[in-house]
Formats: sequence, C-alpha cells, structure tokens
Amino acid sequence: MNFDKEFDASGMSCPLPILRARKALMDMAAGQVLKLTSTDKGSVKDMQAFADQTGNTLLASKEENNAFIFYLQKA
Amino acid sequence: MAQKKMAIIASKGTLDMAYPPFILASTAAALGYEVQVFFTFYGLQLLRKDLSDVKISPLANPAMPMPIDMPVMVQMLPGMESMATMLMKDKLKKKGVASLEELRDLCLEAEVKFIACQMTVDLFDFDKSDFIDDIEFGGAATFMGFAGDTDVCLFV
Repeated sequence: MNFDKEFDASGMSCPLPILRARKALMDMAAGQVLKLTSTDKGSVKDMQAFADQTGNTLLASKEENNAFIFYLQKA
Repeated sequence: MAQKKMAIIASKGTLDMAYPPFILASTAAALGYEVQVFFTFYGLQLLRKDLSDVKISPLANPAMPMPIDMPVMVQMLPGMESMATMLMKDKLKKKGVASLEELRDLCLEAEVKFIACQMTVDLFDFDKSDFIDDIEFGGAATFMGFAGDTDVCLFV
C-alpha cells in the first residue's frame, strides 16, 4: 500500500503509539496516508478506537514479524 | 459535533497512581477531547519540576509484583522504598512505557490544562516556584465550573 509518511513506534507501550499517530497525522494533509508500525499488542484495538473517535480512516492493518502495521488516512 | 470534555481529579502522589491521570489525559487529548486535570492533596507532587521524589512502596501494597517474595518486616527496612522505585522505573523503561515526565510533557503539548489546588498549596506550604510553569491555581468551584459540563469525569 502506498503511504505519504511512516512512523515506527516499535518498543513503545500504551498510550505512546496513539499519541505518536496523532502527532504524525497533525503535520499531514487530508487524504494522506500514514504507515505506523507498533509492537504493542493493545494497539490493535486502540488504533481502531482512535480512528473511530477521530474520524481518520484505518485503511488496513496487518501483522508482520511480531509487529502490527497500520495504514491511517487523515480525515 | 461538539468537542467532548474530560475532567480528572488526581489526588495521589505515588509512582503507580501518577500514571492513570497522565495516560488518560494525554490519550483523551489525542482523541480530540478538551481535558482538565485538577491536582489536589498528594497529587500536587505530580506538578513538581523535579519528579524524582515520586516513589512507589511495596508496603501495604500486597498486589505489587516483586521479583522475590519479601516479608513485610523486610519491606520496612530503610532504603526499600528507593529500591522498589528503582526496580519499577527500570521495568517501565524496559517495557517501553513512557516516563512520567514524558507523559506530562505530552499532555501539555496537547493543551491539557493542569490546575493545582490552591488550598493544598497553602496547607503544605508548598513553594509555587517548585511547580512547572503552564499551570493554573484554583479551588473546588473552579474545577466544578469545568467538570459540570464534561462527558467523562474521573477521580484518581
């Protein structure tokens, strides 16, 4: 999947992946896609909840090499 | 949609109890909430510039996981509190949990409003210059002015 910005939150625990996602999205334009990698197991549900509550879209998520990869599109 | 609001009262000043207000405040702010945290009694310690006095004690805290089983009589010995605090901070760091200072900065960055209880400041003769800048001082009525109109209101 194409993306405009990437952030690696590997090794960070709750709530840092969410806070970093917000920070990264802040500098982006509407419609742009952020690729975020996390190793926090809780981030799977949290990233969906973040998307639901902020209006940003979670385009896709997958697990790869014990890490979770999220594609968030800025609203 | 109107912006959601959350109010938290932070009344505890130990390392473990310092985390919930900062985690919830920073997360709610990231989710678009307007957030205010009212620090009262021991919670005021969390607004000090220097957070090195924020500690955790295994005493009277049987649920705290310890690396080795330790009788209460041993937990009472001098230095045990500092040791438990050191072990806990070490564990937090190893597991990638943010430090209190980091979470507090993230709150301020996200425009979370911190209010220090004026009564507690007077009660314990705290020096206002010991606290971080960017905070306000107020009382119960100040807190209620905001809390009365929130979606989430928590006491920690």
